[in-house]
Amino acid sequence: MTAPLGFRTLVLLGAGALALSACSSTGSKSAQQLPPDPGNAVATSTNTPSSTLNGPNPGTQADFLIAAGGSDTIFFDTDQYNIDTVDAAALQAQAQWLLRYQGKRASLEGHCDERGTRDYNLALGERRANAAKNYLVGLGVDAARLTTISYGKERPAALGSSEDAWSKNRRAVTITID
Amino acid sequence: MKPWFLTFAALIAAPALAQQPPQAVASAPAANAPAADEGGLSGEVSDESEWQDLGIAIPAFATNQDMATQTNAGSTASLGRTLAEVITANLKNNGLFKPTGPVSLPRPAYEQVQAPEYPIWSGRGAEMLVQGFVRANPDGQLTIGCYLYDVSLKQQLAKAGWVVAAADWRRAAHKCADMVYSRLSGESPFFDSRVAYIAETGPKNHRMKRLAIMDSDGANHRFITTGQATALTPRFSPDYQSILYLSYLNGNPRIYVYDLNANTQKLITANKYPTFAPRWSPDGKWILYSMAIAGNTDVYKVSIQGGEPIKLTDGPGIDVGGSFSPDGTKIVFESDRSGSQQVYVMNADGSDQKRISFFGGRAATPEWSPRGDQIAFTHIAGNLRIAVMSPGGGDLRYLTDSWQDEAPTWAPNGRIIQFFRTERNSGKAAIWQVDLTGRNERRLPTPVDGSDPAWGPIRP
Repeated sequence: MTAPLGFRTLVLLGAGALALSACSSTGSKSAQQLPPDPGNAVATSTNTPSSTLNGPNPGTQADFLIAAGGSDTIFFDTDQYNIDTVDAAALQAQAQWLLRYQGKRASLEGHCDERGTRDYNLALGERRANAAKNYLVGLGVDAARLTTISYGKERPAALGSSEDAWSKNRRAVTITID
Repeated sequence: MKPWFLTFAALIAAPALAQQPPQAVASAPAANAPAADEGGLSGEVSDESEWQDLGIAIPAFATNQDMATQTNAGSTASLGRTLAEVITANLKNNGLFKPTGPVSLPRPAYEQVQAPEYPIWSGRGAEMLVQGFVRANPDGQLTIGCYLYDVSLKQQLAKAGWVVAAADWRRAAHKCADMVYSRLSGESPFFDSRVAYIAETGPKNHRMKRLAIMDSDGANHRFITTGQATALTPRFSPDYQSILYLSYLNGNPRIYVYDLNANTQKLITANKYPTFAPRWSPDGKWILYSMAIAGNTDVYKVSIQGGEPIKLTDGPGIDVGGSFSPDGTKIVFESDRSGSQQVYVMNADGSDQKRISFFGGRAATPEWSPRGDQIAFTHIAGNLRIAVMSPGGGDLRYLTDSWQDEAPTWAPNGRIIQFFRTERNSGKAAIWQVDLTGRNERRLPTPVDGSDPAWGPIRP
């Protein structure tokens, strides 16, 4: 699984993210006073605290996506379910958000590419969803707030039949729930 | 076809024939133009079975009186023709014999059914002759008789008759084809059987997947679920009264048992863990299934009466799927405990687990042949292919060679395998079948795309 060294590095990164998020959290508090924003595109995001006013509502999946550095999704190698350093960075950012919005829950969806058999892929998707969940729990997110579901190869994100498409489909996606 | 309900097959066996030697009303031999002989007989004998090349004439079934029927095939006369067409299609589509159907053959008169005009058939180069009759009974049922003759020996080889409800007329045709096939090949019958599968429509990232059932030849098709919840991996119970399948109803993948008579379903497990890959034991008394707890999948079995499930595998690897040996004493399943998906065999109580696949690549979805002599599986080495091996793991033989073929299911007699084939890029899937020689491969007709076929046993 993840090398201990890489893990420590990421915790440091996470601490940095925490500092930033504390700041934007203040901003979002004032934003909460405003009427709901009917959804500006994700692209109009961040950088300055004021942009929160034009960005997604705090606590929404769109807000989560931004907070997670654009990655609500982590990716896996063929038949694998280990969390690599790139995955860990994404999960760190996801965990920060989840720790900030304690009222939110999340569903971890495990997916596979089409080049496996159906039953095995359902089991493999379970593994991937649980790998992501366990990592978040390890970062302090209450396990009771997290559920898992496997879609096996039933819901591809990329539609082709190429190595590139398959690498995009071997994934775990974090969906926040109110 | 028949509407939403399953009508019961009131299929009564042989005595029907004894009671009524066809006598009476001679319909003039409706001699259709003796059309071009469908390519005589090749002298070639296929490597294992000479019977494969037998030329069989299957003229329209006779009737004592052309009467209306409650079937979708019209009067008894037109039904007689359709019966012969169904029998011909059964044999032809499965690469069995060299059948010639009713379109190009003269129709025997009713009284000729038991006294064939042998010279006509020998003159046409037929070695075997299948004749039959259909009669409408006053109660709406049909009496259908089926006779097999050896033309050169001028001898009757087999006969059978059935009284069927009008809606079940196709079953009589399948029973007749089964009789011919069994008598000439020495193999067990398989045509009178049904298939459960998943009907697929819609784009690749949003497929609608519905549970559906059909006869072995694709007829009598019926959708069971609406498609609102994704349905996967059905299995007919051995008595055809219910179906195990996976549904995402209420969001999570769980196994349900669907009652085909009551059109109701219930979960097979009481806890909230995801369950998948359901299978029946051959006696229908046990349900084999896979369940994931905290991401770890193991194989369990539970009595259909309920009670405590029995955990059969226990380890950090994925143990999934499975298939009972026909005598119910062993289970073949797949596990990645070695590092990749491979096929294992264990006793039905979970003891003595042994890996049997050592072919390189990955080996998945094992299914034990109803004859017990082979295990079909999906071999993954780049492409996915259907293959068979002995229960000891020897004698690997590929039956297909395509981009993605998976999930084999056996015909009731263990001579033919259905599977599904997925198209590259489009993701469109279709049900195919192949015989054990690997030579006779064909796509099954389904109203929409299809996957996850599950072939049930021969019907009683």
